[in-house]
Amino acid sequence: MTADRAAAARLPHHDVHSRYVRITHWVNALAMLIMVGSGWQIYNASPLFGFTFPKAITLGGWLAGGLLWHFAAMWLLLINGVVYLTVGLVTGHFRQKFLPILPAEVVRDLGAAITGRLSHGDLGRYNAVQKLIYTCILLTGGVIIASGLALWKPVQLRELAALFGGYEGARLVHFFAMSVIVLFLLVHVAMALLVPRSLRAMIRGH
Amino acid sequence: MREPRVRRVDAGLLIKDAAKLVPNASRRAFLREVASLGALALLTGCDIVDGPSSEKALRVISQFNDWVQARLFNPNRLAETFPESAITRPFRFNAYYPEEDAPEVDEDRYKLIVDGLVENKEPWTLEQLYALPQEMQITRLVCVEGWSAIGKWSGTRLEEFLRRIGADLTAKYVHFACSEGYSVSIDMPTALHPQTQMTFKFDDQILPAKFGFPMRIRIPTKLGFKNPKHVIGLTVLNTYTGGYWEDQGYNWFSGL
Repeated sequence: MTADRAAAARLPHHDVHSRYVRITHWVNALAMLIMVGSGWQIYNASPLFGFTFPKAITLGGWLAGGLLWHFAAMWLLLINGVVYLTVGLVTGHFRQKFLPILPAEVVRDLGAAITGRLSHGDLGRYNAVQKLIYTCILLTGGVIIASGLALWKPVQLRELAALFGGYEGARLVHFFAMSVIVLFLLVHVAMALLVPRSLRAMIRGH
Repeated sequence: MREPRVRRVDAGLLIKDAAKLVPNASRRAFLREVASLGALALLTGCDIVDGPSSEKALRVISQFNDWVQARLFNPNRLAETFPESAITRPFRFNAYYPEEDAPEVDEDRYKLIVDGLVENKEPWTLEQLYALPQEMQITRLVCVEGWSAIGKWSGTRLEEFLRRIGADLTAKYVHFACSEGYSVSIDMPTALHPQTQMTFKFDDQILPAKFGFPMRIRIPTKLGFKNPKHVIGLTVLNTYTGGYWEDQGYNWFSGL
C-alpha cells in the first residue's frame, strides 16, 4: 500500500465518493428500477411499437398497479434528484468532476478504453469518456423528467408538452430517453463489475 | 409484515445459532432465498411488491397525488383545441366491454335523474336536454392506457346545467351513474371548467351507442375513463364516491 492510499484510508473526507453522492446514487438506483419496471407495465397497455416487455420484468401486475408505482416513485426520484443537484451545484461537485469535457481527451480516453489501457488508478477522477457519459445521462434525466411531466399534465403544462411536439411527441421522447437510460445502466453495471473497486467505492466511499 | 416473512427470520436466527451443525448446502440455500427476496422481489413484483401492505401504501400516495393535482389544476387553463383536419378517423372505441355490448338506451324512456345538493330535482327528458344551448369542441382524448385521439364533441357546458338545476357549486363532488352500471365522480372545479361538457353529438352526429348515447360527459382536462358514457344520473355531493376504475386502483383525480 502506498503512503498516499494509507493516508487516504485514515481520512474519511478523502473518500472517492462523498456520502451525499453515495446515498443519492443508491436511492436513485432504486427509484430508476421502479420507474423503468412500472414504465414498461404502462407501455404494455398501449405499445408504441410492435413489441411488449415480458411480464416478468414489469412491475405492478397490471396497468393500475404500474401507474401507482410510477406516480409514487416519481416523488422519490424528484426529491432525490433535487438533493443531488442542489448539493452538486452548491459544493462545486459537478464543476470539479464533470468539467471540462475536451473532445481531444474524449478521443484519447475512448481509444484507451477500447484497447484496455485506460487507467483506473484514481477512481475519484473521472476520465473524459466518463465525464461525457455522466453529463449526457444527467441531461437525459432532465429530458425524461420533462417529457414525463408533459405526459402527466399535457393541459396544465401545455407549453412544456408543445416543446416535445405535443402529447404524442412527448410519449416518443419519454420512451427514447428511457431506452438511453437503460442502455447506460447496462454498460454502467458491466463496467462496475469489471472494476469491482468502483462498486465498493460507491458503497463504502473508498 | 406478513406471517411467512416473520417465520423466515426465525429460521434465519436458528440457522445462525446452529451454523456449525447445518450442512453448507442448506445454509447457502437459505442465503439464496433471502437474496432473491431482496433483489428479485422488486423486479418480479410478486411477494412483497404486490402484497396488500404495499398496495395500501401506494393508494395513500395516490390520494396524495389527488391533492397535488387538485392544486395544479388551473380552472382557467383550456385544453388545446384543434382544426377539423386533425380529427382522428376512425375514432377508437374503448370500454371495459366489447363494442357489440354497448348498451342500447331507449330514447323515449330516457330520463336524466338529478339528485343531491340541488334545488330542482326534476328529471330531464332528452328533448329538454337537447333544447339547452350547445357548443362544439375539437379536443384530444387521452386514454389511461397511453394512446390519444382527437375528436369533435358537441353539447352543453356542465357548468350551465349545474346552474340551471340550482346545484350547490361549493359542494366537493359531482357523481355520474351510467345505464350499464359504470360510475365516476369528479371534483367540482373540473365540473365547472368551461370545456367540461354534457355531450350529445360526436362528429356532428347524434352520439352513437358506442360513444355513449344519449349523453356522455366530455372532460378534456381528465383522462378518458373520467368521461362517462350513457349517463343516466347526476348527483352533487360532499361525500367521496370513487368510481368503477378508481375502486380498482386508477388514480381518482386523473387530471391532464
